[in-house]
Amino acid sequence: MTPYREPPDSRPASLPHLLAVCLLSLPLLTGAWGCKGGPEPAAHGVCIAGSTSVQPFAEKLAEIFMHQHPRMRVDVQGGGSSAGIQAATQGAANLGASSRELLGPEKQLIEVPIAYDGIAVIVHPANPLNDLSVAQLKEIFMGKFTNWRDLGLPPREMDVINREEGSGTREAFEHLVMGKVEVSPAAMVQDSNGAVREIVAGDPNAIAYISAGLVDHRVKALTIEGVAPTPENVKNHTYKLRRRFLLVSREAPTGSCQQFVDFVLSPPGQQILEKEGLVGIQ
Amino acid sequence: MQPGKFTERVLFLLALSSISSLALITIFIFLEGAPLIYFVGLKNFLASSHWAPTKGHFGILAMIVSSLLVTLGAMVIGMPLGLSCAIVLAEFSPTRLKLVLKPTLELLAGIPSVVYGFLGVVWLVPLVRDHLGGPGLSLLAATIILGIMILPTIISISIDALSAVPALYREGSIALGATQWQTVRRVVLPAAASGIMTAIILGMGRAVGETMAVIMVAGNALKLPTSILDPVRTLTSNIALELGYAAGRHREALFATGIVLFVIIMILNLSATLVTRRR
Repeated sequence: MTPYREPPDSRPASLPHLLAVCLLSLPLLTGAWGCKGGPEPAAHGVCIAGSTSVQPFAEKLAEIFMHQHPRMRVDVQGGGSSAGIQAATQGAANLGASSRELLGPEKQLIEVPIAYDGIAVIVHPANPLNDLSVAQLKEIFMGKFTNWRDLGLPPREMDVINREEGSGTREAFEHLVMGKVEVSPAAMVQDSNGAVREIVAGDPNAIAYISAGLVDHRVKALTIEGVAPTPENVKNHTYKLRRRFLLVSREAPTGSCQQFVDFVLSPPGQQILEKEGLVGIQ
Repeated sequence: MQPGKFTERVLFLLALSSISSLALITIFIFLEGAPLIYFVGLKNFLASSHWAPTKGHFGILAMIVSSLLVTLGAMVIGMPLGLSCAIVLAEFSPTRLKLVLKPTLELLAGIPSVVYGFLGVVWLVPLVRDHLGGPGLSLLAATIILGIMILPTIISISIDALSAVPALYREGSIALGATQWQTVRRVVLPAAASGIMTAIILGMGRAVGETMAVIMVAGNALKLPTSILDPVRTLTSNIALELGYAAGRHREALFATGIVLFVIIMILNLSATLVTRRR
Protein backbone atom coordinates (compact mmCIF):
# COMPACT_ATOMS: atom_id res chain seq x y z
CA MET A 1 0.00 0.00 0.00
CA THR A 2 1.08 3.56 -0.48
CA PRO A 3 2.67 4.80 2.70
CA TYR A 4 0.70 7.89 3.50
CA ARG A 5 1.57 10.57 5.94
CA GLU A 6 1.21 9.78 9.59
CA PRO A 7 -1.85 11.36 11.07
CA PRO A 8 -1.22 12.49 14.61
CA ASP A 9 -2.01 9.87 17.18
CA SER A 10 -5.56 9.45 18.25
CA ARG A 11 -4.69 10.44 21.76
CA PRO A 12 -2.54 13.12 23.35
CA ALA A 13 0.74 11.44 24.18
CA SER A 14 1.27 13.03 27.54
CA LEU A 15 -1.69 11.60 29.37
CA PRO A 16 -0.21 10.49 32.61
CA HIS A 17 0.80 13.83 34.02
CA LEU A 18 0.59 14.38 37.69
CA LEU A 19 -2.52 12.75 38.99
CA ALA A 20 -3.10 15.79 41.13
CA VAL A 21 -3.22 18.08 38.16
CA CYS A 22 -5.86 15.89 36.53
CA LEU A 23 -7.87 15.72 39.68
CA LEU A 24 -7.78 19.43 40.24
CA SER A 25 -8.69 20.29 36.70
CA LEU A 26 -11.50 17.79 36.36
CA PRO A 27 -14.21 19.69 38.20
CA LEU A 28 -13.64 22.48 35.70
CA LEU A 29 -14.29 20.09 32.87
CA THR A 30 -17.09 17.95 34.24
CA GLY A 31 -20.31 18.50 32.44
CA ALA A 32 -18.82 21.53 30.80
CA TRP A 33 -17.66 20.15 27.48
CA GLY A 34 -18.19 22.75 24.88
CA CYS A 35 -16.81 26.10 24.13
CA LYS A 36 -15.85 29.16 26.00
CA GLY A 37 -18.67 31.60 26.38
CA GLY A 38 -21.31 29.16 27.53
CA PRO A 39 -24.00 27.33 25.64
CA GLU A 40 -24.55 29.98 22.97
CA PRO A 41 -21.40 30.25 20.87
CA ALA A 42 -20.61 33.52 19.12
CA ALA A 43 -22.41 34.28 15.87
CA HIS A 44 -19.40 33.85 13.61
CA GLY A 45 -17.80 31.12 15.70
CA VAL A 46 -18.08 27.40 15.11
CA CYS A 47 -17.37 25.13 17.99
CA ILE A 48 -16.49 21.47 17.49
CA ALA A 49 -16.04 19.10 20.39
CA GLY A 50 -15.57 15.38 20.56
CA SER A 51 -13.56 12.43 19.37
CA THR A 52 -9.85 12.58 20.00
CA SER A 53 -9.43 10.54 16.80
CA VAL A 54 -11.11 13.27 14.78
CA GLN A 55 -9.58 16.18 16.67
CA PRO A 56 -6.23 16.48 14.82
CA PHE A 57 -7.98 16.38 11.45
CA ALA A 58 -10.64 18.85 12.55
CA GLU A 59 -7.90 21.18 13.79
CA LYS A 60 -6.14 21.04 10.46
CA LEU A 61 -9.39 21.74 8.60
CA ALA A 62 -10.25 24.58 10.99
CA GLU A 63 -6.85 26.16 10.49
CA ILE A 64 -7.21 26.24 6.71
CA PHE A 65 -10.87 27.26 6.88
CA MET A 66 -10.02 30.22 9.14
CA HIS A 67 -7.21 31.18 6.83
CA GLN A 68 -9.69 31.38 3.96
CA HIS A 69 -12.37 33.11 6.03
CA PRO A 70 -10.48 35.47 8.31
CA ARG A 71 -13.64 36.67 10.05
CA MET A 72 -14.70 33.22 11.19
CA ARG A 73 -13.54 31.34 14.26
CA VAL A 74 -13.50 27.58 14.57
CA ASP A 75 -12.72 26.12 17.97
CA VAL A 76 -11.83 22.45 18.14
CA GLN A 77 -11.85 20.54 21.40
CA GLY A 78 -11.31 16.90 22.37
CA GLY A 79 -13.11 14.96 25.06
CA GLY A 80 -14.07 11.77 23.25
CA SER A 81 -16.88 10.76 20.92
CA SER A 82 -19.46 10.39 23.67
CA ALA A 83 -18.68 13.78 25.16
CA GLY A 84 -18.84 15.35 21.71
CA ILE A 85 -22.20 13.80 20.93
CA GLN A 86 -23.46 14.94 24.31
CA ALA A 87 -22.17 18.46 23.72
CA ALA A 88 -23.94 18.57 20.35
CA THR A 89 -27.17 17.24 21.89
CA GLN A 90 -27.11 19.90 24.59
CA GLY A 91 -26.07 22.61 22.20
CA ALA A 92 -22.83 23.27 24.10
CA ALA A 93 -21.02 22.76 20.81
CA ASN A 94 -22.31 23.49 17.30
CA LEU A 95 -20.85 20.28 15.99
CA GLY A 96 -19.94 17.11 17.79
CA ALA A 97 -17.16 14.97 16.34
CA SER A 98 -17.58 11.23 16.58
CA SER A 99 -15.38 8.35 15.49
CA ARG A 100 -18.14 5.86 16.23
CA GLU A 101 -21.66 5.35 14.91
CA LEU A 102 -24.54 6.96 16.75
CA LEU A 103 -26.39 4.69 19.16
CA GLY A 104 -30.05 4.58 20.25
CA PRO A 105 -31.41 8.03 21.09
CA GLU A 106 -28.31 9.68 19.64
CA LYS A 107 -29.67 8.81 16.21
CA GLN A 108 -32.00 11.82 16.46
CA LEU A 109 -28.97 13.99 15.76
CA ILE A 110 -28.10 15.00 12.25
CA GLU A 111 -24.95 13.22 11.14
CA VAL A 112 -22.56 14.26 8.40
CA PRO A 113 -19.96 11.60 7.54
CA ILE A 114 -16.69 13.34 6.67
CA ALA A 115 -14.18 10.53 6.15
CA TYR A 116 -13.35 6.85 6.48
CA ASP A 117 -10.52 5.44 8.51
CA GLY A 118 -9.36 1.86 7.99
CA ILE A 119 -8.22 -0.27 10.89
CA ALA A 120 -5.23 -2.40 9.92
CA VAL A 121 -4.36 -5.63 11.68
CA ILE A 122 -0.59 -5.71 12.07
CA VAL A 123 2.04 -8.32 12.89
CA HIS A 124 5.84 -8.35 12.95
CA PRO A 125 7.34 -8.37 9.41
CA ALA A 126 8.99 -11.73 10.14
CA ASN A 127 5.64 -13.33 10.80
CA PRO A 128 4.73 -15.63 7.84
CA LEU A 129 1.02 -14.90 8.31
CA ASN A 130 -0.52 -12.81 5.55
CA ASP A 131 -4.26 -13.11 5.78
CA LEU A 132 -6.96 -13.52 8.41
CA SER A 133 -10.72 -13.76 8.32
CA VAL A 134 -12.79 -11.59 10.63
CA ALA A 135 -13.90 -14.78 12.43
CA GLN A 136 -10.28 -15.82 13.04
CA LEU A 137 -9.47 -12.33 14.24
CA LYS A 138 -12.32 -12.53 16.72
CA GLU A 139 -11.10 -15.88 18.01
CA ILE A 140 -7.60 -14.47 18.46
CA PHE A 141 -8.78 -11.44 20.38
CA MET A 142 -11.28 -13.32 22.54
CA GLY A 143 -8.44 -15.53 23.72
CA LYS A 144 -9.46 -18.76 22.00
CA PHE A 145 -6.23 -18.91 20.00
CA THR A 146 -3.21 -18.32 22.20
CA ASN A 147 -0.53 -19.91 20.06
CA TRP A 148 0.43 -19.26 16.45
CA ARG A 149 0.22 -23.05 16.04
CA ASP A 150 -3.57 -22.68 16.12
CA LEU A 151 -3.31 -20.85 12.79
CA GLY A 152 -1.02 -23.48 11.28
CA LEU A 153 2.17 -21.49 11.88
CA PRO A 154 5.29 -22.49 13.82
CA PRO A 155 4.36 -22.87 17.50
CA ARG A 156 5.06 -19.69 19.40
CA GLU A 157 2.99 -17.95 22.02
CA MET A 158 0.77 -15.26 20.62
CA ASP A 159 1.05 -11.76 22.14
CA VAL A 160 -2.26 -10.03 21.59
CA ILE A 161 -2.25 -6.26 22.02
CA ASN A 162 -5.40 -4.27 22.60
CA ARG A 163 -6.10 -0.56 23.06
CA GLU A 164 -7.33 0.94 26.32
CA GLU A 165 -10.99 1.07 27.23
CA GLY A 166 -12.57 4.20 25.79
CA SER A 167 -10.23 4.49 22.80
CA GLY A 168 -12.10 5.25 19.58
CA THR A 169 -9.99 2.76 17.64
CA ARG A 170 -10.79 0.04 20.15
CA GLU A 171 -14.46 0.92 20.09
CA ALA A 172 -14.49 0.61 16.31
CA PHE A 173 -12.53 -2.65 16.42
CA GLU A 174 -14.90 -4.16 18.99
CA HIS A 175 -17.87 -3.07 16.95
CA LEU A 176 -16.47 -4.45 13.68
CA VAL A 177 -14.85 -7.64 14.91
CA MET A 178 -15.83 -8.64 18.41
CA GLY A 179 -19.57 -8.00 18.42
CA LYS A 180 -20.79 -8.61 21.96
CA VAL A 181 -17.78 -10.69 22.96
CA GLU A 182 -15.18 -9.11 25.21
CA VAL A 183 -11.49 -9.01 24.35
CA SER A 184 -9.54 -11.48 26.48
CA PRO A 185 -8.23 -10.01 29.74
CA ALA A 186 -4.90 -11.63 28.92
CA ALA A 187 -4.41 -9.21 26.04
CA MET A 188 -1.87 -6.49 26.66
CA VAL A 189 -3.02 -2.90 26.50
CA GLN A 190 -1.18 0.08 25.03
CA ASP A 191 -2.58 3.57 25.10
CA SER A 192 -1.80 4.90 21.63
CA ASN A 193 -1.52 3.75 18.02
CA GLY A 194 2.16 4.66 18.17
CA ALA A 195 2.87 2.59 21.27
CA VAL A 196 1.07 -0.40 19.75
CA ARG A 197 3.09 -0.14 16.55
CA GLU A 198 6.31 0.18 18.55
CA ILE A 199 5.60 -3.06 20.43
CA VAL A 200 4.60 -4.98 17.30
CA ALA A 201 7.73 -3.77 15.48
CA GLY A 202 9.84 -5.33 18.23
CA ASP A 203 7.88 -8.45 19.10
CA PRO A 204 7.85 -11.28 16.50
CA ASN A 205 4.90 -12.92 18.28
CA ALA A 206 2.65 -9.90 18.47
CA ILE A 207 -0.63 -9.15 16.77
CA ALA A 208 -2.52 -5.88 17.11
CA TYR A 209 -4.63 -3.32 15.29
CA ILE A 210 -3.95 0.34 14.50
CA SER A 211 -5.31 3.10 12.34
CA ALA A 212 -4.46 2.16 8.73
CA GLY A 213 -2.82 5.53 8.09
CA LEU A 214 -0.15 4.70 10.66
CA VAL A 215 1.12 1.45 9.15
CA ASP A 216 4.78 1.73 8.18
CA HIS A 217 7.54 -0.58 6.99
CA ARG A 218 8.40 -1.80 10.49
CA VAL A 219 5.15 -3.73 10.77
CA LYS A 220 3.18 -5.88 8.37
CA ALA A 221 -0.49 -5.15 7.71
CA LEU A 222 -2.48 -8.31 7.11
CA THR A 223 -5.09 -8.64 4.42
CA ILE A 224 -8.54 -9.28 5.85
CA GLU A 225 -10.35 -11.96 3.86
CA GLY A 226 -7.96 -11.28 1.02
CA VAL A 227 -8.34 -7.49 0.98
CA ALA A 228 -5.50 -5.17 1.93
CA PRO A 229 -6.21 -2.01 3.96
CA THR A 230 -5.36 0.40 1.16
CA PRO A 231 -7.20 3.72 0.81
CA GLU A 232 -8.91 2.42 -2.35
CA ASN A 233 -10.22 -0.69 -0.61
CA VAL A 234 -11.40 1.31 2.38
CA LYS A 235 -13.18 3.70 0.07
CA ASN A 236 -14.94 1.11 -2.08
CA HIS A 237 -16.09 -0.80 1.02
CA THR A 238 -14.23 -4.03 0.16
CA TYR A 239 -11.98 -3.74 3.22
CA LYS A 240 -14.14 -4.78 6.14
CA LEU A 241 -12.47 -3.04 9.07
CA ARG A 242 -13.24 0.59 8.55
CA ARG A 243 -14.98 3.26 10.54
CA ARG A 244 -16.60 6.55 9.71
CA PHE A 245 -15.74 9.92 11.14
CA LEU A 246 -18.89 11.94 11.72
CA LEU A 247 -19.83 15.50 12.52
CA VAL A 248 -23.14 15.60 14.35
CA SER A 249 -25.45 18.44 15.26
CA ARG A 250 -28.79 19.00 16.93
CA GLU A 251 -30.29 20.93 14.05
CA ALA A 252 -29.32 21.24 10.42
CA PRO A 253 -26.17 23.40 10.43
CA THR A 254 -26.73 27.02 9.42
CA GLY A 255 -24.56 30.08 8.87
CA SER A 256 -20.87 29.72 9.59
CA CYS A 257 -21.44 26.17 10.76
CA GLN A 258 -22.94 25.26 7.40
CA GLN A 259 -20.04 26.93 5.65
CA PHE A 260 -17.55 24.89 7.62
CA VAL A 261 -19.35 21.61 6.92
CA ASP A 262 -19.54 22.49 3.23
CA PHE A 263 -15.83 23.22 3.30
CA VAL A 264 -15.04 19.85 4.90
CA LEU A 265 -17.07 18.04 2.25
CA SER A 266 -15.74 20.10 -0.65
CA PRO A 267 -12.94 18.65 -2.80
CA PRO A 268 -10.25 20.82 -1.14
CA GLY A 269 -11.46 19.82 2.33
CA GLN A 270 -11.51 16.14 1.41
CA GLN A 271 -8.06 16.46 -0.12
CA ILE A 272 -6.75 17.79 3.17
CA LEU A 273 -8.16 14.76 4.98
CA GLU A 274 -6.68 12.38 2.43
CA LYS A 275 -3.32 14.08 2.68
CA GLU A 276 -3.47 13.55 6.45
CA GLY A 277 -3.96 9.80 6.03
CA LEU A 278 -7.72 9.35 5.99
CA VAL A 279 -9.94 8.21 3.16
CA GLY A 280 -12.35 10.80 1.81
CA ILE A 281 -16.08 10.19 1.84
CA GLN A 282 -16.86 11.72 -1.55
CA MET B 1 0.46 45.40 63.52
CA GLN B 2 4.09 44.57 64.07
CA PRO B 3 5.88 43.65 60.86
CA GLY B 4 6.95 40.35 62.43
CA LYS B 5 3.40 39.39 63.25
CA PHE B 6 2.30 40.29 59.73
CA THR B 7 4.92 38.06 58.11
CA GLU B 8 3.91 35.30 60.44
CA ARG B 9 0.27 35.56 59.37
CA VAL B 10 1.12 35.58 55.67
CA LEU B 11 3.30 32.54 56.05
CA PHE B 12 0.57 30.83 58.04
CA LEU B 13 -1.94 31.47 55.24
CA LEU B 14 0.47 30.15 52.65
CA ALA B 15 1.01 27.04 54.73
CA LEU B 16 -2.74 26.59 55.00
CA SER B 17 -3.15 26.86 51.24
CA SER B 18 -0.88 23.90 50.63
CA ILE B 19 -2.64 21.84 53.27
CA SER B 20 -6.05 22.81 51.96
CA SER B 21 -5.12 21.73 48.45
CA LEU B 22 -4.28 18.34 49.93
CA ALA B 23 -7.62 18.33 51.74
CA LEU B 24 -9.40 19.35 48.54
CA ILE B 25 -7.78 16.56 46.55
CA THR B 26 -8.74 14.05 49.22
CA ILE B 27 -12.34 15.21 49.42
CA PHE B 28 -12.60 15.34 45.66
CA ILE B 29 -11.29 11.82 45.10
CA PHE B 30 -13.65 10.42 47.70
CA LEU B 31 -16.67 12.38 46.48
CA GLU B 32 -16.08 11.25 42.93
CA GLY B 33 -15.19 7.66 43.66
CA ALA B 34 -17.36 6.66 46.62
CA PRO B 35 -20.69 6.56 44.70
CA LEU B 36 -19.29 3.87 42.42
CA ILE B 37 -18.12 1.74 45.33
CA TYR B 38 -21.59 2.15 46.85
CA PHE B 39 -23.15 1.30 43.48
CA VAL B 40 -21.27 -1.95 42.81
CA GLY B 41 -20.61 -2.89 46.42
CA LEU B 42 -17.22 -2.95 48.11
CA LYS B 43 -16.93 -6.70 47.72
CA ASN B 44 -17.61 -6.71 43.97
CA PHE B 45 -15.21 -3.83 43.57
CA LEU B 46 -12.31 -5.26 45.53
CA ALA B 47 -12.76 -9.00 45.11
CA SER B 48 -13.54 -9.34 41.39
CA SER B 49 -11.04 -9.27 38.56
CA HIS B 50 -13.57 -8.52 35.85
CA TRP B 51 -12.82 -4.98 34.67
CA ALA B 52 -14.94 -3.83 31.73
CA PRO B 53 -16.17 -0.43 32.92
CA THR B 54 -18.10 0.44 29.78
CA LYS B 55 -19.98 -2.84 30.11
CA GLY B 56 -20.70 -2.53 33.81
CA HIS B 57 -17.96 -4.66 35.36
CA PHE B 58 -15.81 -2.90 37.92
CA GLY B 59 -13.56 -5.45 39.61
CA ILE B 60 -10.05 -4.27 40.43
CA LEU B 61 -8.66 -7.29 42.28
CA ALA B 62 -6.15 -8.11 39.55
CA MET B 63 -4.84 -4.54 39.64
CA ILE B 64 -4.50 -4.50 43.42
CA VAL B 65 -2.62 -7.79 43.29
CA SER B 66 -0.44 -6.52 40.44
CA SER B 67 0.33 -3.27 42.24
CA LEU B 68 1.34 -5.18 45.35
CA LEU B 69 3.41 -7.72 43.38
CA VAL B 70 5.21 -5.04 41.41
CA THR B 71 5.96 -3.15 44.63
CA LEU B 72 7.11 -6.29 46.41
CA GLY B 73 9.33 -7.17 43.46
CA ALA B 74 10.78 -3.68 43.40
CA MET B 75 11.60 -4.01 47.09
CA VAL B 76 13.25 -7.40 46.54
CA ILE B 77 15.54 -5.76 43.98
CA GLY B 78 15.86 -2.28 45.42
CA MET B 79 16.24 -3.04 49.11
CA PRO B 80 19.42 -5.16 49.15
CA LEU B 81 21.04 -3.02 46.45
CA GLY B 82 20.06 0.27 48.06
CA LEU B 83 20.95 -0.76 51.57
CA SER B 84 24.33 -2.20 50.71
CA CYS B 85 25.09 0.87 48.64
CA ALA B 86 24.12 3.12 51.58
CA ILE B 87 26.24 1.11 54.02
CA VAL B 88 29.29 1.21 51.77
CA LEU B 89 28.92 4.91 51.15
CA ALA B 90 28.20 5.87 54.75
CA GLU B 91 30.58 3.56 56.56
CA PHE B 92 33.28 2.20 54.31
CA SER B 93 34.17 4.82 51.77
CA PRO B 94 36.53 7.77 52.03
CA THR B 95 34.79 11.13 52.34
CA ARG B 96 35.98 12.25 48.93
CA LEU B 97 34.40 9.26 47.17
CA LYS B 98 31.21 9.85 49.10
CA LEU B 99 31.18 13.48 48.00
CA VAL B 100 31.22 12.35 44.38
CA LEU B 101 28.96 9.31 44.60
CA LYS B 102 26.11 10.60 46.71
CA PRO B 103 25.13 13.51 44.43
CA THR B 104 25.49 11.20 41.43
CA LEU B 105 23.03 8.79 42.98
CA GLU B 106 20.67 11.60 43.78
CA LEU B 107 20.83 12.61 40.14
CA LEU B 108 19.24 9.24 39.43
CA ALA B 109 16.14 10.53 41.21
CA GLY B 110 15.98 13.46 38.84
CA ILE B 111 15.67 11.36 35.70
CA PRO B 112 12.07 11.59 34.48
CA SER B 113 10.18 8.34 34.78
CA VAL B 114 9.30 8.36 31.09
CA VAL B 115 13.04 7.98 30.39
CA TYR B 116 13.20 4.92 32.62
CA GLY B 117 10.15 3.60 30.83
CA PHE B 118 11.68 4.24 27.43
CA LEU B 119 14.92 2.51 28.36
CA GLY B 120 12.80 -0.33 29.68
CA VAL B 121 10.92 -0.68 26.42
CA VAL B 122 13.88 -0.54 24.07
CA TRP B 123 16.38 -2.44 26.17
CA LEU B 124 14.97 -4.44 29.03
CA VAL B 125 11.76 -5.69 27.41
CA PRO B 126 13.46 -7.30 24.37
CA LEU B 127 16.03 -8.81 26.73
CA VAL B 128 13.29 -10.42 28.81
CA ARG B 129 11.42 -11.55 25.71
CA ASP B 130 14.43 -13.11 24.00
CA HIS B 131 15.97 -14.81 27.00
CA LEU B 132 13.10 -15.69 29.31
CA GLY B 133 10.12 -15.88 26.97
CA GLY B 134 6.68 -14.32 27.16
CA PRO B 135 5.84 -10.98 25.59
CA GLY B 136 8.62 -9.13 27.41
CA LEU B 137 6.25 -6.49 28.70
CA SER B 138 5.82 -8.09 32.08
CA LEU B 139 5.67 -8.05 35.84
CA LEU B 140 9.40 -8.81 35.79
CA ALA B 141 10.28 -5.85 33.56
CA ALA B 142 8.20 -3.49 35.70
CA THR B 143 9.80 -4.89 38.84
CA ILE B 144 13.34 -4.34 37.57
CA ILE B 145 12.67 -0.81 36.36
CA LEU B 146 10.96 0.13 39.63
CA GLY B 147 13.71 -1.55 41.63
CA ILE B 148 16.18 0.82 39.99
CA MET B 149 13.89 3.83 40.27
CA ILE B 150 13.49 3.52 44.04
CA LEU B 151 17.25 3.21 44.65
CA PRO B 152 17.91 6.95 45.11
CA THR B 153 15.13 7.24 47.69
CA ILE B 154 16.34 4.26 49.67
CA ILE B 155 20.02 5.14 49.41
CA SER B 156 19.88 8.79 50.32
CA ILE B 157 17.51 8.39 53.26
CA SER B 158 19.47 5.38 54.54
CA ILE B 159 22.74 7.31 54.30
CA ASP B 160 21.20 10.11 56.32
CA ALA B 161 19.99 7.61 58.90
CA LEU B 162 23.41 5.97 59.12
CA SER B 163 25.23 9.29 59.36
CA ALA B 164 22.91 10.38 62.16
CA VAL B 165 24.25 7.58 64.40
CA PRO B 166 26.63 9.32 66.81
CA ALA B 167 30.33 8.67 66.17
CA LEU B 168 30.56 7.82 69.88
CA TYR B 169 28.77 4.50 69.24
CA ARG B 170 31.27 3.48 66.58
CA GLU B 171 34.26 4.54 68.64
CA GLY B 172 32.94 2.68 71.66
CA SER B 173 32.42 -0.47 69.67
CA ILE B 174 35.81 -0.33 68.01
CA ALA B 175 37.46 0.40 71.37
CA LEU B 176 35.92 -2.84 72.63
CA GLY B 177 37.78 -4.71 69.91
CA ALA B 178 35.02 -5.11 67.33
CA THR B 179 36.00 -4.97 63.66
CA GLN B 180 34.52 -2.28 61.48
CA TRP B 181 32.02 -4.71 59.92
CA GLN B 182 30.99 -6.01 63.35
CA THR B 183 30.48 -2.41 64.44
CA VAL B 184 28.29 -1.66 61.46
CA ARG B 185 26.25 -4.83 61.80
CA ARG B 186 25.79 -4.95 65.55
CA VAL B 187 25.84 -1.26 66.51
CA VAL B 188 25.26 1.19 63.67
CA LEU B 189 22.55 -0.69 61.77
CA PRO B 190 20.34 -1.34 64.83
CA ALA B 191 20.76 2.29 65.90
CA ALA B 192 19.73 3.49 62.43
CA ALA B 193 16.97 0.89 62.04
CA SER B 194 14.01 3.24 62.22
CA GLY B 195 15.56 5.62 59.67
CA ILE B 196 16.25 2.72 57.34
CA MET B 197 12.67 1.49 57.75
CA THR B 198 11.47 4.94 56.75
CA ALA B 199 13.70 4.79 53.67
CA ILE B 200 12.22 1.45 52.72
CA ILE B 201 8.63 2.54 53.28
CA LEU B 202 9.10 5.74 51.28
CA GLY B 203 10.70 3.65 48.54
CA MET B 204 7.63 1.44 48.58
CA GLY B 205 5.43 4.50 48.30
CA ARG B 206 7.37 5.59 45.25
CA ALA B 207 7.00 2.12 43.71
CA VAL B 208 3.25 1.94 44.35
CA GLY B 209 2.71 5.39 42.94
CA GLU B 210 4.89 5.22 39.84
CA THR B 211 2.80 5.36 36.69
CA MET B 212 4.50 6.32 33.45
CA ALA B 213 7.38 3.86 33.50
CA VAL B 214 5.06 1.06 34.58
CA ILE B 215 2.54 1.73 31.82
CA MET B 216 5.35 1.52 29.31
CA VAL B 217 6.89 -1.77 30.43
CA ALA B 218 4.20 -3.72 32.27
CA GLY B 219 1.95 -4.60 29.31
CA ASN B 220 -1.23 -3.53 31.16
CA ALA B 221 -3.18 -6.76 30.70
CA LEU B 222 -6.20 -7.19 32.97
CA LYS B 223 -5.59 -10.82 33.92
CA LEU B 224 -4.39 -11.93 37.34
CA PRO B 225 -0.74 -12.76 36.69
CA THR B 226 0.27 -16.39 37.02
CA SER B 227 3.98 -15.93 36.28
CA ILE B 228 6.47 -13.10 36.53
CA LEU B 229 6.59 -13.07 32.72
CA ASP B 230 2.88 -12.19 32.47
CA PRO B 231 1.87 -8.64 31.59
CA VAL B 232 0.14 -6.84 34.45
CA ARG B 233 -1.79 -3.63 35.06
CA THR B 234 -1.29 -1.66 38.25
CA LEU B 235 -3.78 0.69 39.92
CA THR B 236 -1.94 3.80 38.77
CA SER B 237 -1.64 2.55 35.19
CA ASN B 238 -5.35 1.85 35.12
CA ILE B 239 -6.21 5.42 36.05
CA ALA B 240 -3.74 6.99 33.65
CA LEU B 241 -4.62 4.69 30.75
CA GLU B 242 -8.34 5.27 30.85
CA LEU B 243 -8.91 8.69 32.39
CA GLY B 244 -8.60 10.44 29.05
CA TYR B 245 -11.90 9.14 27.73
CA ALA B 246 -13.81 8.01 30.76
CA ALA B 247 -17.26 9.38 31.49
CA GLY B 248 -20.02 8.56 33.95
CA ARG B 249 -19.61 5.34 35.94
CA HIS B 250 -16.33 4.60 34.21
CA ARG B 251 -14.89 7.86 35.43
CA GLU B 252 -16.19 7.23 38.94
CA ALA B 253 -14.61 3.79 38.82
CA LEU B 254 -11.24 5.37 38.06
CA PHE B 255 -11.63 7.70 41.02
CA ALA B 256 -12.59 4.69 43.12
CA THR B 257 -9.34 3.08 41.94
CA GLY B 258 -7.73 6.29 43.18
CA ILE B 259 -9.35 5.82 46.59
CA VAL B 260 -7.82 2.35 46.89
CA LEU B 261 -4.45 3.74 45.88
CA PHE B 262 -4.89 6.61 48.31
CA VAL B 263 -5.62 4.22 51.17
CA ILE B 264 -2.59 2.05 50.32
CA ILE B 265 -0.27 5.06 50.20
CA MET B 266 -1.75 6.51 53.39
CA ILE B 267 -1.09 3.23 55.18
CA LEU B 268 2.52 3.27 53.93
CA ASN B 269 3.09 6.88 54.95
CA LEU B 270 1.44 6.44 58.35
CA SER B 271 3.58 3.42 59.08
CA ALA B 272 6.65 5.42 58.06
CA THR B 273 5.65 8.16 60.50
CA LEU B 274 4.95 5.67 63.28
CA VAL B 275 8.26 3.89 62.74
CA THR B 276 10.23 7.14 62.92
CA ARG B 277 8.36 8.36 65.94
CA ARG B 278 9.10 5.21 67.91
CA ARG B 279 12.72 6.24 68.35
